[in-house]
Amino acid sequence: MTVSKNPRTAYGEALVALGKRDTRIVALEADLGKSTQSVLFKAAFPDRHFEMGIAEQNMASAAAGMALAGKIPFIHSFAVFASGRVYDQLRNSICIPNLSVRICGSSSGLSDFGDGKTHQSVEDVALMRALPNMSVVCPSDSAELTAMMEELADWKGPVYIRINRNDLPFTIPLDSSYRIGKVVKIRDGTDAAIFASGSMVSKSLAAAQMLAEKGISARVLNVGTLKPLDRNAVIGFAEGVRAVVTAEEHTIIGGLGSAVLEALCGVPHAPVELIGIHDSFGCSAENYDALLEHFGLTAEAIASAVQQILEGSS
Amino acid sequence: MAENTKGMDIAVVRELKKTALNLREHVVRMIGVGKAGHLGGSCSLAEIVATLYFHTMRFDPKDISHPDRDRLLLSKGHSVLIQYAALLELGVIPLSERGKVKTLAGMLQGHPDMDRTPGIEAVTGSLGQGLSIGVGMALAFRLDNRPSRVFVIMGDGELAEGQLWEAAMAAARFGLDRITGIVDRNRIQATGPTLEVFDIPDIEEKWKAFGWNVLTVNGHDIRAVAAALEHAAGLQGKPTVIIANTVKGKGVSFAENTAAFHNGVMSQAQFDMALAELQAARAKLA
Repeated sequence: MTVSKNPRTAYGEALVALGKRDTRIVALEADLGKSTQSVLFKAAFPDRHFEMGIAEQNMASAAAGMALAGKIPFIHSFAVFASGRVYDQLRNSICIPNLSVRICGSSSGLSDFGDGKTHQSVEDVALMRALPNMSVVCPSDSAELTAMMEELADWKGPVYIRINRNDLPFTIPLDSSYRIGKVVKIRDGTDAAIFASGSMVSKSLAAAQMLAEKGISARVLNVGTLKPLDRNAVIGFAEGVRAVVTAEEHTIIGGLGSAVLEALCGVPHAPVELIGIHDSFGCSAENYDALLEHFGLTAEAIASAVQQILEGSS
Repeated sequence: MAENTKGMDIAVVRELKKTALNLREHVVRMIGVGKAGHLGGSCSLAEIVATLYFHTMRFDPKDISHPDRDRLLLSKGHSVLIQYAALLELGVIPLSERGKVKTLAGMLQGHPDMDRTPGIEAVTGSLGQGLSIGVGMALAFRLDNRPSRVFVIMGDGELAEGQLWEAAMAAARFGLDRITGIVDRNRIQATGPTLEVFDIPDIEEKWKAFGWNVLTVNGHDIRAVAAALEHAAGLQGKPTVIIANTVKGKGVSFAENTAAFHNGVMSQAQFDMALAELQAARAKLA
């Protein structure tokens, strides 16, 4: 697989492209512009970029005020702060009136591997998913991210965008047409269904390859939109297989795994296993892969989960 | 202070005083008998809200979505009854809603809900967020060259919220002179006097240190309130805050200066007494 553009760079460039097309787009930053890459927007549109200082709560409610005055604000911080520190502001200032504010949760999950548990977001999807009116997207590569951004000028209501800090391999076919809210099959298979989001999509593709070498056929589904989740698509893709596995760089409480189980609730389905972080904060590590491995977020773990279900059911 | 406000026509002042009493009556009637309602912090704002809506603000009740209108945000959202009262008096909210506050069938929620209620400009109520919303509005209006002013009413107890001071810094940093903050200094918060519950000394000095112009007025003196609002409009380059000294529950004797009617329940006798007192005050004006 080829290595795609860094997601943060792709984000910054996509925001500039959006800003060119639509003058309603404004960006608010809390002194992390070099990390989030909102600096690209600042360079292109200095009048529409607002450095709000290290004051995320004010930034979030100010974005509500801008949206009420007709703007489409993008607010930026690390995912852990963009979701948790400003939770009440997102809830009351933005989500209750269903304002079209975009929350860029950068350096999400464990991707800020060096900075440790205070800076790693293991629960942001759970928090954001629970908020009425909030949409939650989690791109698996820079191409998907760029396609998502295209839709964000006109998408109604608040959107939380979960962005990885590190280079991610291309996972989605480059010619595929993207739509927020779709679950996309990126590999076909008949024995198992692996639902994945973000960085775990490429790991799931690798897992499917490993399983194929053992004669097990697994389909891989990219859940780029965690909310609103296409329930019928999840039910459809989970049909006819003997194992369902979900894979996310997030706690298994309230994230993708929970969302898939909620979707499958009430319909007959194969046994489900959740790959994710088990009720724990992150920690510092020497590199991203080492940290993912520490938490069992690997292709091997996904493949093994599929195998265990299949062995148990046979 | 500007001359024309100082020399405000006596008839205009009398009319605004009457309007303030009308607003208090709406508040009392919205709360009714046997139900909890934020009487105290609504009544302390009656003259200020009357002056804003009926004298100072660019606001056309027949065109409440005009993009150039001024905005009034009640950061102390629990006192929204006084804003409902003004919107009732202006005909923006139908009078038939007055008896349906905090009911499933009504449009008047316990806290400001812009989706349900015409004339409400933002969702507030989780304290500390209104000034930030105002900062965002002011930045957007400046970007679009709109004339709109933004008025944000805060409680003195609310000043304990850290986000307000983040917003205060931002408003000064961006030179948002179209924002006028109003602190309803009634000196009583939900559980008692601010001095005892959580004293915040030197409020004027704090706002000055955060880069704001500060005006202190008697919040029940229509002339002084109108003059301060007009004076603030002429101050350029910095936001202005008006510290309004008020009496919690003003105009309803049993509710004055007590935390009991922060969110209290009126008996039938108290309800009748409140209306009689307001009626007597109105008669005295005429």
